[in-house]
Amino acid sequence: MTGVAPDARPRLLRGVRLSEDRVRGGYTLLAPERVLKLKGTAVAVLTLCDGQRSFAQIVDELAQSFAADRALIERESAALLRDLAGKLMVEL
Amino acid sequence: MTAPAQVSAPLAMLAELTHRCPLACPYCSNPLQLDRRSDELDTATWVRVFQEAAALGILQIHLSGGEPAARRDLVELVAGAARAGLYTNLITSGIGLDQARLAALAEAGLDHVQLSVQGIDEPSADAVAGLAGSHRRKRAFAAMTTALGLPLTVNVVLHRGNLAALEALVEEAITLGARRIELAHAQYYGWGLINRDALMPDRASVIAARTTLDRLRAATQGRIVIDYVPPDHFALYPKPCVNGWGQQSLNVTPRGRVLPCHAAETIPGLEFWTVAEHSLDVIWRNSPAFNAYRGEDWMVEPCRSCARKAIDFGGCRCQALALTGDARNTDPVCTLSPHHLRVEALADTPLTNTTLVMRGRSAQGVEALPHDEPLADRMSPACRDRP
Ligand code: SF4
Ligand code: SF4
Repeated sequence: MTGVAPDARPRLLRGVRLSEDRVRGGYTLLAPERVLKLKGTAVAVLTLCDGQRSFAQIVDELAQSFAADRALIERESAALLRDLAGKLMVEL
Repeated sequence: MTAPAQVSAPLAMLAELTHRCPLACPYCSNPLQLDRRSDELDTATWVRVFQEAAALGILQIHLSGGEPAARRDLVELVAGAARAGLYTNLITSGIGLDQARLAALAEAGLDHVQLSVQGIDEPSADAVAGLAGSHRRKRAFAAMTTALGLPLTVNVVLHRGNLAALEALVEEAITLGARRIELAHAQYYGWGLINRDALMPDRASVIAARTTLDRLRAATQGRIVIDYVPPDHFALYPKPCVNGWGQQSLNVTPRGRVLPCHAAETIPGLEFWTVAEHSLDVIWRNSPAFNAYRGEDWMVEPCRSCARKAIDFGGCRCQALALTGDARNTDPVCTLSPHHLRVEALADTPLTNTTLVMRGRSAQGVEALPHDEPLADRMSPACRDRP
């Protein structure tokens, strides 16, 4: 599986937190025994993964706010979420 | 004291809240000399340390022991760590926390629970834990944890007695509702060193475990995350000890000494500072123990001119000390170490002793598994040879 279904409602699993790193700057994803430093785009994607919004909505919002190609955003967001789902950090 | 080259902010802290523990695992990472209850830091001091930790850049805190539940103020401590903004992980034996207290911990902001499991069935698990009925209670604790929606990791220390049960251990963790299992080989210092003859697996079993592990990872993908810490006696190069001494993490002992690693107190001559005297920030930057092996200036050959020094930092200081007599030496697990032959000899000596010395129990209280032998025979060669 590579893509994410448009009607999936991704969310961070309990025990996984998006957190601002006040000392080093930027954002991290904190999970059991894991600290992932996040790039700007990943922060934007994960902030919208609230379990309410559908994946299609998330991509729409991102395409709008970044004024970027929707297909590209969809591909990159899906890759990020698939990767995190494989690590049991995100539920799709 | 040499000034540190450049000091990065730490990411993680292990808070050993107490050394008291209802179990007596023979590979316990606590020191042979356990801190007494009367010496333990009080609630207010721990909470201050948590705030200092967050300000210093620490993101995750592991609340450990001993058994952290032995602290009556555990809920307050978790609340204090959560208020400081830290990701809180409770490392527990599962003994001593009832439903109400676990719920209070979740309410206080606990992020994650890590439960130690000693084996796959009650007799073998209880024998290693040194407490009858412990495995049954751990299963009940796992059920309480997942019922509260708390994410659960099961961690297992691997040794000769349970290595062949790898697959069953992973299945057990899935049955218990764990999202992650940590399979870490026993480390051979402290209690583990005393018990090495009875714990260390042979080379063939370690190689077989690798293959099993690859298969299990593929088979359980998406259901459970498997983290594996291999035994370093059989590797070509050592593990990157604590990801670099004084680079990413620190330990605070029950009485407040701040250590670069949990076994650092075994290295003679290191000066540790305590949280009673200094702030965590000052200790991290300036304490002699942290600066002793920070960076690369302290290294001797072959590490000094080796390209891998940026990857493994010359391995484990405690192991270098235990097996070569000098903590600055290349970790003898490394095939490039002039002392490596000793490690090979250790790794390839057939071991038949099955008697475990249980942690923290007096000689009379030692629970012997079959084939009891006189105490002197339990000492490993390295232990007897130690200068
Ligand atoms: S010589 Fe030192 S730096 Fe090089 S691989 Fe061995 S332990 Fe690592
Ligand atoms: S020095 Fe050795 S005992 Fe200490 S953390 Fe490193 S590997 Fe572990």
